[in-house]
Amino acid sequence: MIELRNIEKRFGDNLVLKDVSVVIEEGSVTALVGPSGGGKSTLLRCINLLEIPTSGTVRIGEEALTFRPGERVATRDIQRLRRQTGMVFQNFQLFPHRTAIENVMEGLVTVLKWPAARARERALALLQKVGMAAKADAWPATLSGGQQQRVAIARALAPSPKVLLCDEPTSALDPELAQEVVDVLGQLASEGTTMVMATHDLRLASKIAREVVFLDAGVIVEKGPSAEVFGNPVHQRTKRFIATLRQEQGAAAKGEA
Amino acid sequence: MPHWLQLMLESLGPLLWAAFAFTAPLTLLSFAFGLAVGLVVALIRLFGPAPLVAVVRFYVWIIRGTPLLVQLFLIFYGLPAAGIVLDAFPAALIGFTLNIGAYSSEIIRAVIGSVPKGQWEAAYSIGMTWSQAMRRTILPQAGRVAVPPLSNTFISLVKDTSLAAAITVPELFQAAQRVVAVTYEPLILYIEAALIYLVMSSVLSALQTRLEKRLGRYGGFLEAQS
Repeated sequence: MIELRNIEKRFGDNLVLKDVSVVIEEGSVTALVGPSGGGKSTLLRCINLLEIPTSGTVRIGEEALTFRPGERVATRDIQRLRRQTGMVFQNFQLFPHRTAIENVMEGLVTVLKWPAARARERALALLQKVGMAAKADAWPATLSGGQQQRVAIARALAPSPKVLLCDEPTSALDPELAQEVVDVLGQLASEGTTMVMATHDLRLASKIAREVVFLDAGVIVEKGPSAEVFGNPVHQRTKRFIATLRQEQGAAAKGEA
Repeated sequence: MPHWLQLMLESLGPLLWAAFAFTAPLTLLSFAFGLAVGLVVALIRLFGPAPLVAVVRFYVWIIRGTPLLVQLFLIFYGLPAAGIVLDAFPAALIGFTLNIGAYSSEIIRAVIGSVPKGQWEAAYSIGMTWSQAMRRTILPQAGRVAVPPLSNTFISLVKDTSLAAAITVPELFQAAQRVVAVTYEPLILYIEAALIYLVMSSVLSALQTRLEKRLGRYGGFLEAQS
C-alpha cells in the first residue's frame, strides 16, 4: 500500500500541492489527471522523492518518511524509499550510451550489485515481456519512441519495485506508437502491477486505470473509481475538463482517420 | 645531398631525443594531472560549498588572467626567493598542470552541465546514488562532448611546452636552439622543429578522430556530422 498524507509542496512562494492525501492499494492502477500545472506531475514525483515534499508523509509498504518545513532528510532515507519505486518518463530518458539491455541491467548491476549474467537473464525476460527482446542490443537512438518507452518500462521494472510511476508515458508519442505503450501498460496492470500515472491520455486513464484522482490548482477536486469519475463526474470542474479532453482527443482521432 | 637536408638529418637525432625524453612526458603528464585538477575544480564549482567555490574561482581567474610564460618564470625563477627551489622539469610540470587544470575545468564544468537533467532523474529513479549517477550516467555522456574541446587544449599544450625552453628544460625547441648555436642555421633548424611539432599534433588530431568515432557509436550529434 502507498499512502500520501497531508502532502504540501512549495516552490518558493508558489504552493503547488495543498494538503493532498491519497491511498493507493496494492495491485491497483491510479491515474492522476487534471490540467497542466494542476500538480499531478509534482504529486507523482513526490512519491519517489524526485521532488521533496515541503511537508507531509510518504509511505510505501513498510517504509515511511515524514517531511517538515525547513528540515533536511537524510539522503540514505530518501534512497531507501525511492528504491521501492520505478519510474517511466515522458521523454523516456534511456541512457543513450548503453544498449537496450544494458539500460535494463543498469539498476540491477550498479545498484543491487547483481552479477552481470544474472542481470542479463532478468533483463532479457523483461524485454521479452515488453516485446523488445529482438532489439536487446540496439542503441536507444536507433529505436522509435514507442520502442524506447517500452525499454524504459522494462528498466523501471527491473529492480522489482513495489510501484511503477508513469509521468505522461504516452505524451511524446504519436497515437500509433502510444498504443504500443498503452498495450504494455495494460498487460502489466492485468498482471497486478501497482501503478500510478500522471496522464492526459484518456485511453490510458479510462481503459487501464481503476482509480482516478483529479487534481486542479494543487488540490484533489475529485477521486474515485475511473468509471464513476469519467462517466459521472460530480464536480463542475471535473466535468468541464473531461469534456474538453474528449473533444480534443475525439477530434485528433478523426483527423487521423 | 643538399646542405639543408644533410643538416636536418644530422640534427634529427638530438631533436627527436629531446621530443621523446622531455616534450612528450611533459605533455602527457601535465595533461593527465591537469585533467584530474580540472575535474575536481569543475565538481567544486558545480556542487561544492560556497567558500571552496570562491577558492577555485580565484585559481581559475589567476591562471587564465596571467601569461603562461610569466607563470613558468614565477615558479622556476621566482619561488627560490621564497625558499622553494625546483628543478626545471618539475617546475614546468607544475606550471603546465596548473594551466591545464584551469582551462579544462571550464570545459568539464560546461559538459557536465550539458547532460540533460532528465538523465540525473532517470539514474536516481533506478536507485542510484549521486556518485553512481555521476560515474555511470553523467560523466560518460559528458566525456563524449568534451573530446573536441579537450583535444584543442591537448594540442595547444604540445606546442606550449616549447615555452619550457625558457626555464632551461632541454625539450625539443631548446634542442633546436642548441644546434643553431653551433651551426648558425636558424631557418633550417626552426623549420625542422616546427615540422616535428606538426607531426606530433597531427598524430593527436588523428587520435581525436578515432576517439570521437568510438564514443560516437551510440548515435547523436557527433555521428550526425560525419
